[in-house]
Amino acid sequence: MSLPRRSIFVPTVLAFGFAFLYVPILSMMFFSLNNSSLVTVWDGPNSPTLKWYVKLLNNRPILDAAWLSIKIAAVNATGAAVLGTLVGLVLARFGRFRGRTLLSAITTAPLVMPEVITGLSMLLLFVALEQWIGWPSGRGVTTITIAHITFSMSYVSVIVQSRLASFDESLEEAAMDLGARPPRVFRSITLPLIFPAILSGWLLSFTLSWDDLVISQFVAGPGSTTLPMVIFSKVRLGVSPDVNALATIMVLIVATGVVVSAVVMQRQERRRQREVQMALASGE
Amino acid sequence: MTDRRAEKDEPWKDPAAQPYIAIENVTKRFGEFVAVNSVSLKIYKGEIFCLLGGSGCGKTTLLRMLAGFEKPTAGKILIDGQDMADIPPYERPVNMMFQSYALFPHMSVYDNVAFGLEQEKLPRTQIKQRVGEILGIVHMGDYAKRKPHQLSGGQRQRVALARALVKRPKLLLLDEPLGALDRKLREHTQFELINIQEQLGVTFVVVTHDQEEAMTLASRIGVMNRGEIAQIGTPRQIYEFPATRFVADFIGSVNLFDGQLVEDEPDHVRVRCADLPAPVYVDHGLSAPPNAQLWVAIRPEKITLERAQPGATDNWARGVIKEIAYMGDMSIYMIRLDSGRQVRVTQANIVRKAGEAFSWEDQVYLAWDASSPVVGTG
Repeated sequence: MSLPRRSIFVPTVLAFGFAFLYVPILSMMFFSLNNSSLVTVWDGPNSPTLKWYVKLLNNRPILDAAWLSIKIAAVNATGAAVLGTLVGLVLARFGRFRGRTLLSAITTAPLVMPEVITGLSMLLLFVALEQWIGWPSGRGVTTITIAHITFSMSYVSVIVQSRLASFDESLEEAAMDLGARPPRVFRSITLPLIFPAILSGWLLSFTLSWDDLVISQFVAGPGSTTLPMVIFSKVRLGVSPDVNALATIMVLIVATGVVVSAVVMQRQERRRQREVQMALASGE
Repeated sequence: MTDRRAEKDEPWKDPAAQPYIAIENVTKRFGEFVAVNSVSLKIYKGEIFCLLGGSGCGKTTLLRMLAGFEKPTAGKILIDGQDMADIPPYERPVNMMFQSYALFPHMSVYDNVAFGLEQEKLPRTQIKQRVGEILGIVHMGDYAKRKPHQLSGGQRQRVALARALVKRPKLLLLDEPLGALDRKLREHTQFELINIQEQLGVTFVVVTHDQEEAMTLASRIGVMNRGEIAQIGTPRQIYEFPATRFVADFIGSVNLFDGQLVEDEPDHVRVRCADLPAPVYVDHGLSAPPNAQLWVAIRPEKITLERAQPGATDNWARGVIKEIAYMGDMSIYMIRLDSGRQVRVTQANIVRKAGEAFSWEDQVYLAWDASSPVVGTG
């Protein structure tokens, strides 16, 4: 397909696309500064104001839920990173063994399983476990974390596996050939080389857990209300402007994270290219 | 080049000599596929032994079994008299230089080379001294702080060599050591490798698909085909006296004819080939049944071109020049014989002027010495 150089078509489509994606978010940010307690009515004379932000910071339940969500997300991300890396290693490096296909299938299944199903089956599992062995007693933070790790680790294992597939196995063989035992090979060669993959898996797991609502709903108990659950229940009672304020803060935090990591990566890439050029210039 | 070494010492000719590596009836199967089929080999101390063969002939698998990355399905590998069956790669007195070099990308040149010594838990000062020494030998002393991706291909190759040599292994395995280098650099590096090998007295086992590389490096060559050793010998033996049709065809370029044994005496044989007007006369005997089907191999550079018919009754043919490729030091002629068969002939360009040179569509006579053809049944 070839378009004339100055075609108006491409910019228009682009503008509509971006508008579709970002106008709702921008309007939400805009209305978080609204003075009126009716979400859709702009109270011009008294706006902008930060009163919803102040109100939010005095809202104990929301702050508690946010803190709980962060804790669950961090524990989940760490657990998923460890387990997912182990599965990725086994699938990518241990060759063909009995049950390999089964392992690969059951780790990737949560990626395609509807969340409702995952959540429901988790709930049934926890109830049954409690009856049989008395653990976990009741539903709460522990069950949410376990449920989150179950589906997050599939993402980590996929990322780690693809990283391992793209790196030369002879690096590990070379280390072994030079006298390093397998644990040492893992520590000095494999781990540093797949670390970026593990890190991005960790971040992904963190966000997956941070905004998970469906599965949490199933396995949560009294006193384990996460932030998405709070927001959802508030919205059901009618949207109040402090939800706008809360959402704006979350968007800003996520956006900052994305921008920072992008800048860091770009800088690394530039440094690497500079070094390569230097090497070529001073080469033989 | 390599003849000098061969004359100096030829341990494989001494029946009392102890082989440094003994490979005894080693077989390796991957499922149904037989990668290495009952190979037996003896390699002696200080040799540069080349395993030569096309892709998929099992040479790399054999090398990986020496390094310990693969276990033989059957057979035994002994290094310095010790059975290697249950010895993992990290405990073998063997180091390997990988085809991809396998330099650790997150470590500097110094750390790459020091890695092996750190595994031995040597004191820091000693590591420093030995790394400096070996980097000096491969002329990479100024690059110790660089990362692998900041090096050119030739520099990486030298770092990989230094890393494999720094532990002072008794046996160094090299997988296509010159494969990634350009032509000029290859020639230079080949001789450098031989120098380093002589300097340190390490035994080399080299895997390559490149016969030129094998010819210049090797004290002996083992030609492999479909998981089996087709022939073992010095480069000269392999080239001049190929044992089988496969080896004759694989090494260098050759004109192969099918023929029938018509005369078999202790001091000569005569073979009649359908593609040649005169019989082929070879000045050595052959142990084959009468009227056996044979192959006859004649190297392109051992054929001379003449305008007049040779006086002899044997060892000649007639044809028309169809192609000429001028290579500078020599020319390659593709000649179509009267039988329709294409034959390749190379002639050194000894005279500088083109006056007497052969031209396209010239009729020429081909002749060769009685000592030139190689005949065989296999």
